[in-house]
Amino acid sequence: MNQTQQSHCLDPDDFGILLKILNEKGYLTVGPTRRDGAILYDVLESMYDLPIGWTDEQEAGIYRLKRRDDNALFGYNVGPHSWKKYLFPSKTKLWSATKKGAGFEIDGEADAPPTYAFIGVRACELHAIQVQDKVFMGGIFQDPIYTGRRQDCLIVAVNCTQAAKTCFCTSMQTGPKVNDGYDLVLTEIIDEARHYFVIESGSDVGADILKELTTSPAEQDDFQAAATHIENAKKQMGRTVDMTDIKDVLYHNYDNKRWEELEKRCLACGNCTMACPTCFCSNVEDVTDLTGEHAERWRTWDSCFTMDFSNIHGGSIRASIGSRYRQWLMHKLATWIDQFGSSGCVGCGRCIAWCPVGIDLTEEVKAISDSEEGDRNGTHQDN
Amino acid sequence: MSYEASKKYPMQPVPFHVLKMQEEIPDCYTLTLQPEFNVVSSFSPGQFYMLYVFGHGEVPISVSGNSFEMGTLMFTIMTIGSVTKALCSVCVGDVVGVRGPFGKGWPLEQVKGRDVLIIAGGLGLAPLRPLIYHLISHSADYGIITLLYGTRTPDMILFQDELASWDDRDDMRVFLTVDSAGSEWHGHAGVVTELIEKIGIDTVRTTALTCGPEIMMRFTAHALLGKGLAASDIYISMERNMKCALGHCGRCQYGPHFICKDGPVFAFDQVEYLFKVREV
Ligand SMILES: Cc1cc2nc3c(=O)[nH]c(=O)nc-3n(C[C@H](O)[C@H](O)[C@H](O)COP(=O)(O)OP(=O)(O)OC[C@H]3O[C@@H](n4cnc5c(N)ncnc54)[C@H](O)[C@@H]3O)c2cc1C
Ligand code: SF4
Ligand code: SF4
Ligand code: FES
Repeated sequence: MNQTQQSHCLDPDDFGILLKILNEKGYLTVGPTRRDGAILYDVLESMYDLPIGWTDEQEAGIYRLKRRDDNALFGYNVGPHSWKKYLFPSKTKLWSATKKGAGFEIDGEADAPPTYAFIGVRACELHAIQVQDKVFMGGIFQDPIYTGRRQDCLIVAVNCTQAAKTCFCTSMQTGPKVNDGYDLVLTEIIDEARHYFVIESGSDVGADILKELTTSPAEQDDFQAAATHIENAKKQMGRTVDMTDIKDVLYHNYDNKRWEELEKRCLACGNCTMACPTCFCSNVEDVTDLTGEHAERWRTWDSCFTMDFSNIHGGSIRASIGSRYRQWLMHKLATWIDQFGSSGCVGCGRCIAWCPVGIDLTEEVKAISDSEEGDRNGTHQDN
Repeated sequence: MSYEASKKYPMQPVPFHVLKMQEEIPDCYTLTLQPEFNVVSSFSPGQFYMLYVFGHGEVPISVSGNSFEMGTLMFTIMTIGSVTKALCSVCVGDVVGVRGPFGKGWPLEQVKGRDVLIIAGGLGLAPLRPLIYHLISHSADYGIITLLYGTRTPDMILFQDELASWDDRDDMRVFLTVDSAGSEWHGHAGVVTELIEKIGIDTVRTTALTCGPEIMMRFTAHALLGKGLAASDIYISMERNMKCALGHCGRCQYGPHFICKDGPVFAFDQVEYLFKVREV
C-alpha cells in the first residue's frame, strides 16, 4: 500500500475531530444538514450539524424526511442541493467597472473565495463535479470563478450504502462506490455489533489528514463489511436506464410523439435544471447604478426551460415547452456525449424527485427507446 | 489589458475607442474601433467579437473589416434592440468594450483553388466582407469569385460603392437582387435563390459560402444541393443567443454544437439534419 492510499477504521464519535482538523487547516467545511424539511448543503460547524439519525424517502415528485432507527451520520441520499452551489454559485458578480473619462476601468479583483472541504460527497456527485470540470476548465477558456474554487477544494467522499427509489447510478456507471477524485472516502458500517467508518485516503493531502486522526487499522473483515454495505445500495437502486446506443437512439428521435406529451405535462418551471448537479447554463446581465458611473456584470444560473433562453431578436427559437424538454433531455443523454465525451446525467435522481408533476427522465427515455422502430423511418424526412 | 490577461479573465471586456462611425443604410452603422492600450489580436474572416456598451449589455457582432488592416476593428451593426441601439448611438471618441475574436470563421484553406460562390442576404454581407477582402487580395489562389446579394429593398443594399468596385474586377462577378422595388430599380427583383438559377456554376469546382437570415440560408442550401453541390461544399454562418462566447453559458447550443466555439461557420453536412428539425 502506498503513501496515498491508507485505510483505517474511525469511530463515529471522532468524526467531529476530522471537521476540527480541516477547520484548523483553513478549510471551510460544508456538507449535509437538515433544514426546511430537506437535507441541504451548508456550513458544518460541528458533526452535530449533520442530519444524524435521519433519512429521506424519494419518488417521482416526492421527497420527505424520516427518522431512522439508528444514529447514522450519512444514512440518506442526495437532496435538492448539489456542490455546484459552491463551485458555480447561483449568482456571481463577474466584475465591476468604473467610468473614467470617455472610457471605463475594471475594478480590482474581488476577495478570494474560501477554501472548501466538501463533506459527504457521493459517487454520483463526484462524477457530476468531474463533468462540470470539463465544462469550466477543460476548454479553450477556463472560468476563473470555477477554477479558483475548485483547484484547492478538498473532497471527503462517502460511499452510498443505501439508494433512493429515484437513484440509477449503477446504470450510469457513476456509483454507488466512489472510485477516484477524492482526498478521503468513508464507508459507514452499521451492523448488530458495531457502528464505525472505514476511512481511506485517495491523495497525499488526504493521507496527511488521516495520520492526524485517531484510528485503528482496517482489517480484511472491515473491507468485506464495507463491500457488503455498498452492495446493498446497488440492490436498492430504484431505477434503471438502458444506455446501449443511447446517443443514436435519441438522435433518431428528434420528432418522436413523446415530446408532444411532455408539452402537456411539463410546467417549464426549471426545477430539474436547478437541482441537477451537472446543468451549467447561465445568464449574464450587465447593470449600472443610478449615477451611471459604476457598472457590474452578473452571472446567474439559467435554465433551458425559460422562453428567454433561446431568444434572438424578438423570437424564441424554442417557443414550445416540448422543444425545451427535448433540448434538456437530448443534452443530458446525447449531445453531451459529443460535446464532452461523457453523459451529462450521473443518475442522481434529483430531477425526478423535484419535478412538481413527477416527470421521470428514465421513463421518458424508455418510452422513446420502445418507440424507436416505429419512429425511425419518419425522422429523416424533409419537412 | 494584455491578451494574456484577457485569457485569464475571459469575461472582461477590453476598452476600445470609436475612431469612426458611418451610417451605411437606415439604422445600420459601421463602427471602426481602436484599442485604448494594446494591439489587436489578429482575427480570421467570419469570426465575431462580443461588444459591450458601458452598463447596457453585450452582444455578439461579426467583424466586417479587413483582417490585414492591423490596429483597428470594424463592425457593421443593425439596430435591433437595446444593446445594438446603444452601439449605434455612440460618438467618435466614446469607449466600447471588446472581447474576442471568437469562433471558427470561413474555410479559407478548404476553398483554395476553387471557384467561390458567396451568397449574402441582408446584413449577412457584413460578416462576408472580410472574406471578400481576403479572396481578392489572394486572387491567384482562388478561381472565379461570384457574389450573389439580396436585400429586401434597394435602400437596404450595404456597401454600394464597394459592390461596384468588386464588380469591376476581372476576378469577381457581382449580382444583386431585391425582394421588392419601385420602378427606379432596374436590377433583378426576387429572392436571392433565383440568382442561383441564372448564373452558371461548375458544381464540381465550386464551394458556396452563405450568410443571412436562417430561412434564406435554408432555401439557398436546398437550391445549391438541387444544383448538384455537395453538402460538404456549402458553408453557412449560424446565429443564436450568446451570453459568453466561451462555451460556458450554454445558450448557443445547436444540437451537439456550441455555435460560439464550433461555429458560427459550419459546413452544411455538419448541420443538415438539424435544419430539418423545428425548434432545435
Ligand atoms: C455570431 C453572431 C454574429 C453576429 N453578427 C452581427 C453583425 O455583424 N451585425 C449585427 O448587427 N448583428 C449581428 N448579430 C446579431 C446581434 O448579436 C443581435 O442583433 C443582438 O444580440 C441583438 O441585441 P439587442 O440587445 O440589440 O436586442 P434585444 O432584442 O434587446 O436583446 C437581445 C439580446 O441582447 C443581449 N442583451 C440585451 N440587454 C442586455 C443586458 N442588459 N446585458 C447583457 N446582454 C443583453 C442579450 O443577449 C439579449 O438576449 C450577430 C449574432 C451572432 C450570434
Ligand atoms: S439529469 Fe436528473 S438524474 Fe441526471 S444528473 Fe441531472 S438531476 Fe441527476
Ligand atoms: S421536467 Fe418537471 S421540473 Fe423540469 S421544468 Fe418540467 S415540470 Fe419543471
Ligand atoms: S455563447 Fe455561451 S456557450 Fe456559446
